[in-house]
Amino acid sequence: MSNKVIQAMYNDDDILMDAVKDVRAANHHIEEIYTPFPVHGLDKAMGLKGTRIAITAFIYGCIGFVFSIWMMDYMMIKDWPQDIGGKPSFTFIQNMPAFVPIMFEMTVFFAAHLMVITFYMRSKLWPFKKAENPDPRTTDDMFVMEVSVDENESELISFLEKTGTVEIKVTEKQ
Amino acid sequence: MSSHYEAPIRRPLIIGEKSYHDISVDVAAPIEGKANKLWWTAFTIALLAFLWGIGSITYTIGTGIGVWGLNKTVGWAWDITNFVWWVGIGHAGTLISAVLLLFRQKWRMGINRSAEAMTIFSVIQAGLFPVIHMGRVWNAHFVLPLPNQFGTLWTNFNSPLLWDVFAISTYLSVSLVFWWTGLLPDFAMLRDRAVRPFQKKIYSLLSFGWSGRAKDWQRFEEVSLVLAGLATPLVLSVHTIVSFDFATAIIPGWHTTIFPPYFVAGAVFSGFAMVNTLLIIMRKVSNLEAYITEQHIELMNIVIMITGSIVGCAYITELFIAWYSGVEYEQYAFLNRATGPYWWAYLLMMSCNVLSPQFMWFKKLRSSIMFSFIISIVVNIGMWFERFVIIVTSLHRDYLPSSWTMFSPTFVDIGIYVGTIGFFFVLFLLYARTFPVIAQAEVKSILKSSGEQFKKLRDGNHE
Repeated sequence: MSNKVIQAMYNDDDILMDAVKDVRAANHHIEEIYTPFPVHGLDKAMGLKGTRIAITAFIYGCIGFVFSIWMMDYMMIKDWPQDIGGKPSFTFIQNMPAFVPIMFEMTVFFAAHLMVITFYMRSKLWPFKKAENPDPRTTDDMFVMEVSVDENESELISFLEKTGTVEIKVTEKQ
Repeated sequence: MSSHYEAPIRRPLIIGEKSYHDISVDVAAPIEGKANKLWWTAFTIALLAFLWGIGSITYTIGTGIGVWGLNKTVGWAWDITNFVWWVGIGHAGTLISAVLLLFRQKWRMGINRSAEAMTIFSVIQAGLFPVIHMGRVWNAHFVLPLPNQFGTLWTNFNSPLLWDVFAISTYLSVSLVFWWTGLLPDFAMLRDRAVRPFQKKIYSLLSFGWSGRAKDWQRFEEVSLVLAGLATPLVLSVHTIVSFDFATAIIPGWHTTIFPPYFVAGAVFSGFAMVNTLLIIMRKVSNLEAYITEQHIELMNIVIMITGSIVGCAYITELFIAWYSGVEYEQYAFLNRATGPYWWAYLLMMSCNVLSPQFMWFKKLRSSIMFSFIISIVVNIGMWFERFVIIVTSLHRDYLPSSWTMFSPTFVDIGIYVGTIGFFFVLFLLYARTFPVIAQAEVKSILKSSGEQFKKLRDGNHE
């Protein structure tokens, strides 16, 4: 099977949305869509599954919460209990109210940072990463739909031309 | 265009006949153009102030805290006043980007980037003060729970000062990643527009290879939403914990349960004032009046008016509770605050914070750009005096009348304060010339619903 794709360019998000619906209805496979801004409903129209990144944030938050409890219990109660200002720290439960602010901060810290790191890893975003958008205009005002070619090139091109595209390119995808 | 419907009663957030490409051009213009004389003048002044600050900090560290105006009665003064002032200012950014995102307020998109930048830069200034006040700054890492040679003597997790360390560092770092994640698509836009190879390289590096795939955008939006959900309680917790520094003490005037909500309202109040100060200048200088509209300024004035009134209620509640408590020490602390030797500071605080925002009830005044700018400066001054009043007037007349005294700052106190203002403006001015100051990707996504010409097309021409 060839790695040939057709890149159809659009200059409007509403036209793109209609085009996506048409292409999907005609049973062509959309490889990828590059847009300059979040187009609402595009992921559903393309048939993308919902992201589970919020679930990971919840799990990371739980880890941060448990870690903060373990940390403060170990440091203040187990390892070196002290009597500060006449308020001895000999049991976790008696000291717990004073630990609440840091429990909260650590929960947020873990959830936020680990979620963002997960996002960067999953979407392959890091310093020195090379951008992969096919055309520099896709971060400005152009929308590109990549449709995979399956020995039906000319038929597909004439089909896409009818969806309101402003430019069509056939390229080899690495 | 049904997906872009917005009620006709809503005023447009993007003025003029803008296309998606126009937005890119307008946002990139301050970066691609050359700095003018005004920028260089402002930058030079800020840099000089910053250098003066560095000099004062070096002198403090080299000689000791004794070079400040502190004495044995007033052990906390300008340093903590400045700390709380800067942290307070740092609250508007996350409030705008997180709370307004949760409430689906589209007007946040024109201002969130700069407000977040302001947050990060002012929290950096705030963080300087506790570190300098340690005296031996080379031991600053002692505030972290790190294994050490004292048989691993840990930090005291019962102390609100340690809570502050955790709150401020969590706030600073989470605000930073929130800001940077939002910046990625905008850096990518600048990267793809850049003509000069050096610029292209820098923006490629900063944009982390953002390509704008549909899946990336889906995750981007989810991450923004969850970060907003996390940052909302976080921003409220930060100033709550800052207020614990005082509220958990037993000093009359500090030992007050109203402090957390009162401090949070004050923080939002001062933060929005600073956003107004900065953006009223920036929209003019960087030609962004189509995106940071008069409506934006007006809406921020309304927030200033409401939070200013909350702060006013808190001031009066404090006075009432002091009287109602029947505790004569508490009563004296407040009587002394209002009528003692620092009456002028109290009066400044009351007039700047309670009186001045009330002008915003008048539509004519709150939609006047010049008037908004003046009020924003007045509020900034008032909020500095609020912290000064709370801190110094509660301390300077303690339980022992023989140790009663006054506080006067030395040139070092003033130098460090002015230095942080300089540092803040150095950072902000550099930001204004190198960063996309408007979240252009987000603004593009509301162009069809809130852009002027699209609204006219949809609703018919009313004018």
